[in-house]
Amino acid sequence: MAFVITPEPPLAAWLIALKAQMTRAPGFFDGRPVIVDFSQLSPGSEGVSTLLTDIEALGISVIDVENIGEIPGADPWKRPLVGGRPGAVVEIKPREVAKPEPPQPMPGLIVEDHVRSGQSVLFPKGDVTVLGSVSSGAEILAGGSIHIYGTLRGRALAGAQGFGRARIFCRKLEAELVSIDGFYQTAEDMSPDVRGTAAHIWLAAGRIMIAPQK
Amino acid sequence: MAKVIVVTSGKGGVGKTTSTAAIGAALAQSGDKVVVVDFDVGLRNLDLVMGAERRVVFDLINVIQGDAKLHQALIRDKRLENLSILPASQTRDKDALTSDGVAKVIAELREKFDWVLCDSPAGIERGPAMAMHHADIAIVVTNPEVSSVRDSDRIIGLLDSKTERAMRGERVEKHLLVTRYDPARAARGDMLKVEDVLEILSIPLLGIIPESQEVLKASNVGVPVTLNNPETAPARAYQDAVRRLRGETVPMVIPQERKTLVERLFGRRVA
Repeated sequence: MAFVITPEPPLAAWLIALKAQMTRAPGFFDGRPVIVDFSQLSPGSEGVSTLLTDIEALGISVIDVENIGEIPGADPWKRPLVGGRPGAVVEIKPREVAKPEPPQPMPGLIVEDHVRSGQSVLFPKGDVTVLGSVSSGAEILAGGSIHIYGTLRGRALAGAQGFGRARIFCRKLEAELVSIDGFYQTAEDMSPDVRGTAAHIWLAAGRIMIAPQK
Repeated sequence: MAKVIVVTSGKGGVGKTTSTAAIGAALAQSGDKVVVVDFDVGLRNLDLVMGAERRVVFDLINVIQGDAKLHQALIRDKRLENLSILPASQTRDKDALTSDGVAKVIAELREKFDWVLCDSPAGIERGPAMAMHHADIAIVVTNPEVSSVRDSDRIIGLLDSKTERAMRGERVEKHLLVTRYDPARAARGDMLKVEDVLEILSIPLLGIIPESQEVLKASNVGVPVTLNNPETAPARAYQDAVRRLRGETVPMVIPQERKTLVERLFGRRVA
């Protein structure tokens, strides 16, 4: 905790009053960092140029000044917090730098079986790969892309935490709903040309795009 | 080593109870000790289809709650002495099925029988969950239409995640039984094709049971269709399914529309 003292003109009288207070309560400022507020003073005030040294002469450690305005001699004024003794110079040897870990691949989730009606696979961290089919009434929610090696009959929600570059791939598209980054398309709105095909789904300018895989 | 089979579907009215009775009877016909257990607490029907409704004294819930011993609740079939039924309670609901209680009953049934067939209620809540929990094998009953297929898909997901086997990291052996297959409607394209159902559900096909008046007739007289008239098409389809369940290789025949002579003549005349 730091004290703030606000000297007032005339400064000679203020310094005497401060000294008197310090004799009444010796040790009051001992070891305390003090900030001097110049807000009551103007550049012309008598004794303002020597004020800080006068205060320090009383044994008060000034660490900073405030509201110095145009007052000369007060700036720059940065003193060490405690004591102000010169510090020893310690040479720091360069530490043995550990070899940087090879970058970890983003973890993906692999579901080996079918995802049945009523089941949800939630994986906000990354990609989801399903080796079986995703049934009608089932749901895959991935932070990244979704890859389905069977038929997608349920819902697939990719890039679910705001990742618009996520994509959805499936071997056969019979989906109820697909979504990327919150944009979605229901079965009703899907073109009949892509139903039943191996499909690739992505997001372009806020629109869900579906095309057969080449 | 006893096998616990759950007959399940998700959707109601697809033929779980009929199939449980027919498969149970067909298994018992070859001499194995079989019990069919009704898990549809509050809406029991298996006793009716098996023709045991007039002999129910104690039920599954009584056994679970310790009010009756298991052997008191088991009803022996009149036609096949190695076939028993454990009825459900009609006056209670599914909340009366406790996990511990069901586990104890199933463990006891495993000791007494070769096959334990659990007839699951429809839905995905407590009843079906209890019925499938201890299963080694699941027979997923599906009609060739979209809502039934999707519900079955949901059930397969639960079989792979919520059963005791799934929790141990093992798998429940799953088989698809397509019921109420109508060759005439299939020919007209009014119904999903069996291959479409298989593609969606991706589990091995156990059998295709044709839609038939025989099934309804058998239910009404309280006799499993495989016992009532073993020579009918649905009875044969169930028998084939049971042989496949035992591991035999039986060629799969997709039922075709069969026209009577009169229909053929009539058809020709119109053409």
